[in-house]
Amino acid sequence: MRLRRFLLTACLAALPALVAATAVQAQGTIRIGMTAADIPLTNGQPDQGFEGNRFTGIPLFDSLTMWDLSSADRPSTVIPGLATEWRVDPNDRTRWIFTLRRGVRFHDGSEFNADAVVWNVRKVLDREAPHFDPRQVGVTATRMPTLRRAEKIDDHTVALFTSEPDSLLPINLTNLFMASPAQWQRFRDANPTAEAAWNAFAREPSGTGPFRMARFVPRERVEYVRNDAYWGDKARAERIVLLPIPEANARTAALLSNQVDWIEAPAPDAIPQLRARGMVITSNAQPHVWPWQPCFVGDSPLRDVRVRQALNLAIDREGLRTLLGGMMAVPVGTVPRGHPWFGNPSFQIRHDKAEARRLLAEAGYGPNRPLTLRVQISASGSGQMQPLPMNEFVQQELRQVGVNVEFDVIEWNALFTNWRNGCQHPSARGAHAINVSFAAMDPFFAMVRFWDSKMAPPVSNNWGHFNDPRFDEMIRVARNSFDAAERDAALARLHAAGVDEALFIWIAHDVAPRAMSPRIRGYVQPQSWFVDLRLPYIQ
Amino acid sequence: MFFYLIRRILYAIPIALAVGFVCFMLVQIAPGDPINAIVPADAPGDVVEQVRRDYGLDKPLPVQFGIWLMKVVQGDLGRSLATGRSVWSDLSSAISNTLLLATVASLLGFVLGCILGGLAGTFRGSFIDRAATSIAVAGVSVPHYWLGMVLVVIFSVQLNWLPAMGAGPGGSADWAWDWEHMKHLILPAVTLAVIPMGIVTRTVRGLVAEIMNQEFVTALRGKGLTRGGIFVHVVKNAAPNALAVMGLQLGYLMGGSILVETVFSWPGTGLLLNNAIFQRDLPVLQGTILVLAMFFVALNLLVDLVQTALDPRIKRA
Repeated sequence: MRLRRFLLTACLAALPALVAATAVQAQGTIRIGMTAADIPLTNGQPDQGFEGNRFTGIPLFDSLTMWDLSSADRPSTVIPGLATEWRVDPNDRTRWIFTLRRGVRFHDGSEFNADAVVWNVRKVLDREAPHFDPRQVGVTATRMPTLRRAEKIDDHTVALFTSEPDSLLPINLTNLFMASPAQWQRFRDANPTAEAAWNAFAREPSGTGPFRMARFVPRERVEYVRNDAYWGDKARAERIVLLPIPEANARTAALLSNQVDWIEAPAPDAIPQLRARGMVITSNAQPHVWPWQPCFVGDSPLRDVRVRQALNLAIDREGLRTLLGGMMAVPVGTVPRGHPWFGNPSFQIRHDKAEARRLLAEAGYGPNRPLTLRVQISASGSGQMQPLPMNEFVQQELRQVGVNVEFDVIEWNALFTNWRNGCQHPSARGAHAINVSFAAMDPFFAMVRFWDSKMAPPVSNNWGHFNDPRFDEMIRVARNSFDAAERDAALARLHAAGVDEALFIWIAHDVAPRAMSPRIRGYVQPQSWFVDLRLPYIQ
Repeated sequence: MFFYLIRRILYAIPIALAVGFVCFMLVQIAPGDPINAIVPADAPGDVVEQVRRDYGLDKPLPVQFGIWLMKVVQGDLGRSLATGRSVWSDLSSAISNTLLLATVASLLGFVLGCILGGLAGTFRGSFIDRAATSIAVAGVSVPHYWLGMVLVVIFSVQLNWLPAMGAGPGGSADWAWDWEHMKHLILPAVTLAVIPMGIVTRTVRGLVAEIMNQEFVTALRGKGLTRGGIFVHVVKNAAPNALAVMGLQLGYLMGGSILVETVFSWPGTGLLLNNAIFQRDLPVLQGTILVLAMFFVALNLLVDLVQTALDPRIKRA
């Protein structure tokens, strides 16, 4: 009896110490649970989509042009980064002149200059360069499709050349991060191959970003410390710890058990519990599109614009938002109303089942001739939000206007592969639409790759083989408009035409939900896929 | 015995070849494309094809398999398509983490299983027997990923006593046998231990019950041996079979903890395999499965040898 009492007392005495040990952590350290299954590449060109750019790109490296991530109230725009200004050569519109920021140094102390820019362009575009890295090509060249080469003019001026006149280049360049040539050379001297040097560089990267890497445990964690020599506003947090936690419930549990201070994409059904425990849930409009992309060839019923418009009108998107606990934005196109590229479409995307039925009847569909659609979807996947319940919701909505939807549910990686193959490929298995979400920050990725006839598979993501010379011409005009206002106006005309033709079934925009401890202050959630980790700090 | 050992080691070679080949073909047959580990979905076709050539993924399948095999023979498991890191460096750290977790879970499962099974076998038909059997049935029936989530909700989220994920406050790289690290091990080890505990309980119960009915036990009783003395004889007779079962369980735990490692973000082979499957990271997938298969073969051999050592009636030749 005495022993039992002793054990009980000992356990009770140990409890506060145990709880306290869990709660203690260094001041100024923000621990973030990412959705990625592994730490995105730290060699200067991250993989794992834009989560990679968000966490191992922007904090460690800078690019010539950067996104303005300082405001939650307006769409994020491109601002000067390591280049202070740029202009296209009026005599040769494939030649751009970039003036570089002076006095910037890499984390290893070497100077950032025109040679570094040329070196960084060559790392992904020049196969003859000693530091060319095929692994970085896939994640970089795809995001700046017209850039061909760079040429030094003087120490602080470079010329960049494109394959054709392309006013979108400054936006594309936000994806080309500047790694330190001196650091890479140091590793090259100590390693037998360029590939080995890049692997060593990834363990000890050197950029010009607001954070420096302090520790890297493969597959488990990466730790940054503040770069006190940063050329811009310095970070407020002293240290950032990034942990890959791909499972949504595990992320939520990690936050609630005080193992992390911030998690990406909490599970929607966990949000009430997180709020009840005092966690802060943040979200904002994000340039993200969760659509059904139609097939425009063969016997696809979606060749008919009336059918596409009817589907856009038949969906109660507010109901879908309720299903997702409010964690989506209702789309009216690829970009939201008020965006510089929205334009003035005559077709208004809204919930109007009566009009949807009328359009379907006009197209020849009704009780005697029901419309059946086959859609390829995934059960999960990066950026796919909650694909199964969302698609089932849309299926039920469309059934109310007499449209039967059959799903071909395939694994995410396979869906990706099929997306590149196009709807005429056997892998489409007769699908009339495909559900792959995408980022829409950049006009090329938001519109051009889907609506330009030259972008049909295998070139890019015009999965539905859309082909309309009017759109090709509008894209050509936009790419040749080098005045920003003129370019935006051209893109607005393109977008409005896309909405009028209902080139997507626009279903939802993600709002990038995050959950964080109330001790995090200064955080701003911009209308972007990215965040500025310089702003938050921990109280 | 020596020739038996050599023969068993030689058997491992065709097993390794078959495992490597089947794994390679399964990944090729499955929908999807290993190139997705390297390029994003929005990559233009020419870039995809160029990268495919750079990585040798455009070569005929037999050639790809042959190249991989030649490297493996030279001790090189290749590099991850996704990260560029050496497969062996990722795999070795993952194996040590999984070995740690599986060993602790096995020991826990084995000890608890032996106690519960021993009690149930000794007191057959009693309340103790029914309780132990119920626990064993629950152990093998409860989905362990579900149990893991429940334990996390209770001990991490509600009570805040134990961490919900990870292999230590600074990751597994600086693992130490102190409380700060060991508390990360408790929930995944308990979760993983329930299945072997259930299986060992049922095995030991059956063995003890059978041995207790044998004539030599009656003879021992007749000679006036104490309960403790009889227990020692029962244990000696039951140990070889119980060990064989436990050895197999350890093998399963080494490769079969994908769900538990995912729930707890434990950086072991299960999590490595899980990520490699979703990314179609062929070198990681093949390297990991090959090494785990070899581990399983080695473990079987070790169990056979231990059984022989414990029970001289078993002959290996």
